[in-house]
Amino acid sequence: MVFLCVSLKEIMIRKVARITSIVLIVSLVLPLSTFANDLVVYSARKEHLITPIFQAYTAKTGVEIEFTTGKEAALVQRILSEGKRTPADILITVDAGNLWYAAEAGILKSVQSNTLEANIPSHLRDPENRWFGLSVRARTIVYHSGRVSPGTLSTYEALADPEWKGRLILRTSKKVYNQSLVAMMIQDIGLDNTKKVISGWVGNLAVPPLSSDTKVMEAIDSGVGDVGIVNTYYFGRLLKKNPRLPLKLYWPNQETTGVHVNVSGAGVTSHAKHPEAAVAFLEWVSSEEAQNLFADVNMEYPVNPQNQANSVVQAWGDFKANPRNVASAGQYQGEAIRLMDEAGYK
Amino acid sequence: MNASCGDMACRERLTFRGPKLFRQFNGWKVASALIATAVLIPLLVIFLSFLRPETDIWKHISEHLLADLLRNTAVLTAGVLSLTAIMGVSLAWLTAVCEYPGRRLFVWALLLPMAVPAYVMAFVFLGVFDFAGPVQGALKAWLPGHFDPVDVRSAPGVIIVLSLGLYPYVYLLARGAFLTQGRKAMEAARSLGCKPIRAFFRVALPMARPWIAGGLMLVLMETLADFGAVSIFNYDTLTTAIYKAWFGLFSLDAAAQLSSILVILALAVMLIEQKMRSRMRYFQTGRLSMEEHRIPLKGWKGWAASLFCGLVFIVAFALPFLRLVAWSLEVAQNQLDVSYTAEIVNSLILAAGGAGIICLASLVLAYTDRRHKDSITNASIKIATLGYALPGTVLAVGLFVGFSYVDSAIANGLGIESVLQGSLAMLFIAYSVRFLAVGYHPASSAMLRITPSIDEAARSLNVKGIKMLFRVHIPILKGGLFTAILLGFVDIMKEMPITLMTRPFGWDTLAVKIYELTSEGEWERAAIPAVVLVLCGLIPVILLVAKSEKRIV
Repeated sequence: MVFLCVSLKEIMIRKVARITSIVLIVSLVLPLSTFANDLVVYSARKEHLITPIFQAYTAKTGVEIEFTTGKEAALVQRILSEGKRTPADILITVDAGNLWYAAEAGILKSVQSNTLEANIPSHLRDPENRWFGLSVRARTIVYHSGRVSPGTLSTYEALADPEWKGRLILRTSKKVYNQSLVAMMIQDIGLDNTKKVISGWVGNLAVPPLSSDTKVMEAIDSGVGDVGIVNTYYFGRLLKKNPRLPLKLYWPNQETTGVHVNVSGAGVTSHAKHPEAAVAFLEWVSSEEAQNLFADVNMEYPVNPQNQANSVVQAWGDFKANPRNVASAGQYQGEAIRLMDEAGYK
Repeated sequence: MNASCGDMACRERLTFRGPKLFRQFNGWKVASALIATAVLIPLLVIFLSFLRPETDIWKHISEHLLADLLRNTAVLTAGVLSLTAIMGVSLAWLTAVCEYPGRRLFVWALLLPMAVPAYVMAFVFLGVFDFAGPVQGALKAWLPGHFDPVDVRSAPGVIIVLSLGLYPYVYLLARGAFLTQGRKAMEAARSLGCKPIRAFFRVALPMARPWIAGGLMLVLMETLADFGAVSIFNYDTLTTAIYKAWFGLFSLDAAAQLSSILVILALAVMLIEQKMRSRMRYFQTGRLSMEEHRIPLKGWKGWAASLFCGLVFIVAFALPFLRLVAWSLEVAQNQLDVSYTAEIVNSLILAAGGAGIICLASLVLAYTDRRHKDSITNASIKIATLGYALPGTVLAVGLFVGFSYVDSAIANGLGIESVLQGSLAMLFIAYSVRFLAVGYHPASSAMLRITPSIDEAARSLNVKGIKMLFRVHIPILKGGLFTAILLGFVDIMKEMPITLMTRPFGWDTLAVKIYELTSEGEWERAAIPAVVLVLCGLIPVILLVAKSEKRIV
C-alpha cells in the first residue's frame, strides 16, 4: 500500500482515493447499526405495498421494523447463504409457488398459532404452517364489453375453443401467475387435458404473449384482441387511471372448479432472531383490524373471512374461488412450465 | 501473449534487479491476482454447479427451447454489434475529425443516451410504439379501417432499443482513438494521394481497432447479459432461460450451468480478439491535436452530418427523455409526496465510490499488464473482466453465495460477527467484479498509446517503478482513466440486480425504485425515478465535458 502515499501528490488520484477510503470506512461501520431493531423483514412484495402496514404496526406497538426488498428466489437464496447468521425474521413474498419453494428450501419454520389458524382459511396456508397467506389475488378473465358478450364466456379452458381464434391475449408464461394457474389446472383436469387447453390458447393468440397484465388489457382496449386473463388488481389500477375503460371482468369456472386464486403471504425464518415478535406481527396482519390495510393498498382480497374487500373491489362481484390448497401450485409449477414450453406458449 | 512480450519487458528485466525491485515486481502481480480472485469466487460458484447435474432441466431446455434461444441470442448480438459499430464509429469520426455545424454540441450530446438504462429505453419505446401507444393510435385514427396494428416487439425492435443505449460505448472509445491517433498518419496517407474516405478505411480505422474492439466488447457483454430489455419485449434469449431455470423451475444449479455458456462465450471472443491484435502495436506518434486541423465538411455534406447526429440524438435521447418527463408530470399531479432524496444520495454515493474503486483496479491491471507480460498476469486480466458478461442476478447470487461462505469461515474461525455480510464493502466488491471490464478497456487502451521510449526516457532521468507510474504514465492516461470513471459511474447508477440483492438496509437506489414500480407494471410511476436517474447520470458527462473538453472529448 506504499503506492497510495505516493499517489497523494497526484490531484486526481488523490480525490478518487479520498472518496474511496471515506466510503470504505463508512461502509465498515454501517452494518453494526443494522442489528439495533425489533424485527427484520425480507420482502418480495414491493416497498410501496408494505410500508403502510409497517408504519401502522410501529405506530400501534412501538416495534421498529427494518426491511429490505428483492426478487423472490434471490431473497430465498440470500437467507439460505446467510444461514444461521441471517438477520431476517420474516420472509414476505407473493405467489404460493414462491412460498412453497421457500418452505421446501428449509428456510421457514413451522409456527403454532391459534390466531393464525383461526384467521386464515386452511387452503390459504401451508399444511405444515410454515407460511400463511395474508391477502388473496384472483386471476380471472377480462373482456371487451363492446365486442364480447359475457354469455359466450364460461371457463379458462373454453378460451381454447375455435371461436376465440385470433382474439385471445395472454401474458408471458414466464410470469409465475400463469405458471400457478396452469399448475392448478393440471391437478383439476389432468395433464393431457391441460396440454390440449394450452395448445388451444396458443393457437388462439392474437399476438405473441405480452410482458405484463396491464399490457394485456391495453392491447384489448386498443382492439388487437377481445379477451385475456389478468389479476384483478391490475384491472383495478387501470380502471382508476381510465374510468371509461371499455373492459369488464368475468368470473370463470363457477360451475366447475372456481376462479383461480393465489396469495401474497409470509413465513417466519428458521434462524429468526425475534421469533415471538415475528409471529405477533403475522397475527396482527391476519387480524380483522389490519387485513383491509394490507389488502386494500393493492386492491386485493383479505384472507380473513371476517373482512370485506374494499368497495371498489366488491363492485366487481362475488365469485366462487378454487378451494384447492394454494401450496400445490408450487408442487406442480415445474410441470406447468414444461407443459407450456412444449405447447409453444412463450 | 508471447508475441507481444517484445523487447520492452525483456529490457525491464535487464534494468531491474535486486531484492527491492523484486518485491515491487511481485506487488503488482499479487494485486492483479487479488482482483482476479474477487471475480473468480462467483465464477467458481457458477462452475461448481456442474457437480450437481440437472439432467432433467437440460433435457427439457435442449428439446424445447435451446434452438430458439441460441438463434435469438445470435440474431440479437449480431444486430446490436453491427448497429452500434456503424453508429459509434461514424459518429466518433464525424465529431473527432470533421468540422460541421453543431459539432461542438454533438460531441457531448451524443454521449447522453448512455445515461438511459436499457430497460427504461425499452419500456419507453413500447409505451410509444406498441398497440396502445400514441403512434399506432394516431395512425388508426388517421386511416380508419385501413390500419392493421403492428407488433413492434420483434428482433429489429429489441436490436434498435439496445443499440440506441449502447452505441455510446463504441463512440466514446473510438473517438478517443481518432483524437489521439496523431495527425501525422492521416497526413501521410493524404499526401500519398488517399481521399479522406479512403484514408479513413485504410489508415484511421485499422489504427483505431483496439479501441473499437474494446467498445464492441463492452456492447457484446452488455447484450449477452441483458435481461430487463429483452423481458419487456418478451424476446427469449439465453438470459431468459437462466431466469426461467432459477425463478420458475427453482434450480439455481441449472441457472448457473446455463450462465456458464455466457462466460465461455465471452472468454472465447476475448481470446479471438486478443489473437487478432497480438502482433500489432498502437503507439502514439506525436501529441499533435486534431483540434485545429479538422476536415471541414462544406455545403450539403456539413448539413447532412448535422442531420445525422441530430437524428441520433433525438431518437436515442431527446424523445425518450421527454416522454419520461411527460409521464412524470402526469404522475406528479396525483401524488406530490413522492420524494426520492434518499435514493438520489444513495445512488450517487454508490456510483462515485464504486467508480473510484473500479478506476484504481483498472489502473493496477493495466499497469501490471504493461510491466509483466506473462501468462499469470494475462489470465488475471481475462478473468477480472469476465464479470461483465454475466446476467446481473446470476453474478449477484454467485457473489453472495461465495462471499457468504468466505465470510462465515472467517467469522467462525475468529469467533467474531460477520464482516462482509450486509456491509457496503460487499456491495462495492460486487460492483467492481461486475464492472471492471468497463474501466479496464479504456485504461488499457490508453496504456497501449504510451511508447516504450517514454519509459526509457523516464528511466534515464532516474524516474522508476511506482514513481514512473504516477509521474509519467498517469498524466498521459488521464483521458483513459476519466473514461473509466465515467463508464463505471454511469453503469453503477443503472445497475439493479446486484444492488437489489446485496445492498445493506436502507440503501435503496433509484434503479431499485424503478424495478419495484415497473415489475408491478406501473411504467408511468417509474418515470419519475427514471428521469432523476438519467439526470444524475448526466453529472459525470457534464464534468467530463467541462473539465477537459479539448483533450478527451
